[in-house]
Amino acid sequence: MPAEPPRPVFETLRAEIARIEVNGRPRKGVLPFGLETVDRMLPGGGLVLGALHEVGGVGDCAVHGAASALFAAGIAARTRGKVLWCVTRADLFAPALSQVGLSPDRLVYFEAGDEKAVLAAFEEALRHGGLGAVVGEVARLSMTASRRLQLCAEDTGTLAIAVRRWRKQADAADFGQPTAANTRWRVTALPSSPLPAAGIGRARWLVELLRCKAGETADFELEACDETGRLALPADLADGSLASSPWGRRASS
Amino acid sequence: MLGANLAAQALGVRPGLPAAEARAHCAELMVEDADPEGDLEGLDRLALWALRRYAPIVACDPPDGLVIDVSGAAHLFGGEAAMLTDMVDRLAATGVSARAAMAGTWGAAHALARYQRAPTLVVESDQSGGAIASFPVRALRLPEEMVAGLGKVGIDSIIELESKPRAPLALRFGPQLTRRLDQAYGRQAEPIDPVEAPELIQVRRAFAEPIGAPETLARYTLKLVEALCERLEEQGLGARKLDLRFHRVDNRIEAIRVGTATPVRDVRRLTRLLCDRLEKVDPGFGVETMVLAAPIAEPIIQKSIASDLTEAPVPDVTGLIDTLTNRAGAQRLYRAAPAQSDVPERSVRRVEPTAPETGEGWPLRWPRPTRLLAWPEPIDAVALLPDQPPVSFTWRGVRRRVRRADGPERIFGEWWRRDGELDAVRDYFQLEDDAGGRFWVFRRGDGERSVTGNLSWWLHGLFG
Repeated sequence: MPAEPPRPVFETLRAEIARIEVNGRPRKGVLPFGLETVDRMLPGGGLVLGALHEVGGVGDCAVHGAASALFAAGIAARTRGKVLWCVTRADLFAPALSQVGLSPDRLVYFEAGDEKAVLAAFEEALRHGGLGAVVGEVARLSMTASRRLQLCAEDTGTLAIAVRRWRKQADAADFGQPTAANTRWRVTALPSSPLPAAGIGRARWLVELLRCKAGETADFELEACDETGRLALPADLADGSLASSPWGRRASS
Repeated sequence: MLGANLAAQALGVRPGLPAAEARAHCAELMVEDADPEGDLEGLDRLALWALRRYAPIVACDPPDGLVIDVSGAAHLFGGEAAMLTDMVDRLAATGVSARAAMAGTWGAAHALARYQRAPTLVVESDQSGGAIASFPVRALRLPEEMVAGLGKVGIDSIIELESKPRAPLALRFGPQLTRRLDQAYGRQAEPIDPVEAPELIQVRRAFAEPIGAPETLARYTLKLVEALCERLEEQGLGARKLDLRFHRVDNRIEAIRVGTATPVRDVRRLTRLLCDRLEKVDPGFGVETMVLAAPIAEPIIQKSIASDLTEAPVPDVTGLIDTLTNRAGAQRLYRAAPAQSDVPERSVRRVEPTAPETGEGWPLRWPRPTRLLAWPEPIDAVALLPDQPPVSFTWRGVRRRVRRADGPERIFGEWWRRDGELDAVRDYFQLEDDAGGRFWVFRRGDGERSVTGNLSWWLHGLFG
């Protein structure tokens, strides 16, 4: 179903709201995924730079945070400048991050003793403004904390990614709580792309856009980041059978 | 004979022997004249080294010690114990054997450093009184004749002295005895007069009225930084370390220290770093003098920035690195760099965040997990020998059926590190379960020769 052409009165209203929202600060632009299917669902055609984005997982991934960290690394790899990654548990494996394009020369780790220190460093780094992206691994992210991060990110135009990672699977219910983040993503590992021979192909994820400011929710089945941090549409779905239109899944079910 | 090194002591030469007798023990003994002034000068130099490296308040504790106030500086070394170990190791590397102790008071630390065996020891402030109780009274920094006098009345240890009524003691031995005792137990303050050197770049500001409000302290910090930066500019230097000392009206000195990754002469940045730590300073009843010193200053190397029309320059982030380092400690902030090893846990080393960019990386073709467990965890796996991946495995109580697998990637032990690794082999497999979870597991041993490993299975990492 083709999208309805936007009415001019809505367009002027949207422009008006956007002008109020940026509050006189220059607009920072977006970081597109380079996938038409995904970018179409995001207002502006990509992740807004100068905003907070949340990435989480479900099940095992809520505790290990492997897929969500890789998803965040892929986004951070496509920004310019250094990247700061704030953690409480130092179990990220740098060779894997360099395989999605985040070279070790660009990535600085900050290992904090507790989540409070992570949030403080996260905020400080966003306020500095010289970094390409800042990633923070936190379990609890309150409305106040996320609002502060969002404001700092808006001020400097640095991309902020909060990787939500919990100690126990039961705590992951916290992911339903509202935050001031611009978008919220949930990444779940799916069986990898089939290969003609025995072996494991390129990893696949179910990437769900759970919340998007001024946008709609959506979910995509994508192939994991390549060596430049880009996601891809699986070859067997690239003809557009599954997520071809925002309403496609709903209409067919 | 006033002192003897370890080799001489092993031959029976002890301090206190006459020189002739000492030569009888060992004919090749090298005897040097005692040089108290030279020793003091050396101690002064050592104090200055400690000031540059460890903490803003350092003083000599003659004849053979240093006293350092580490409050607000230990976290930069990763804790108090780590700081003492670093100190003793560094001195040992230059041929000085030293012992270090940390306690709540100068007196207690002095006694602990000299009368306990361990090379380093950290005692909590509230336990330092108990820790020194069994030491001889000599440990209290008392003159020789007073120690002899105490021995005559039967007082040998500190606990005996502490349990005696004080008035008769003070009457017989003078006020110094009870003062030393109180200082060791923390009942009486003992200010440390920090060592200073003429070559240190420092500025000082004395106030007519004691100040204490946080915003006033911040304002004068800015003024001091401005003055210091002028001095630095005259000499073409930039500060690598800054000490800000607050001399309080009650004779105590509070100090903060900040470090920078590169030489800095930027007033705003340095003020920011110092003001970030101002909340740690307790002004007490007021501060009468503030002293700002740059114990380490290095020449600033000016780099010309080529104007490039094609792309914007990458912004400098050393300011942020300095802020975070001073807040949390240097070892908290790092970059990963490749190390020459195929063993996964040894293939990454930590380097300073400002280390030069080498452009080196790891091989991109080998599968590497996003999260590497700190220690491999044992799993129960069902697999065919010699080189088939498991068909199912149980990790943390959950059984998973393997749908797809890849491998093995064989990694050999590094025999040059440890003898036990001479034959060791790990075969790494990438496994995918029904739900899509991807795991990195390995088997110890190649499945053919038992010396290579015991065929146990371990989970080492998780793929995204």
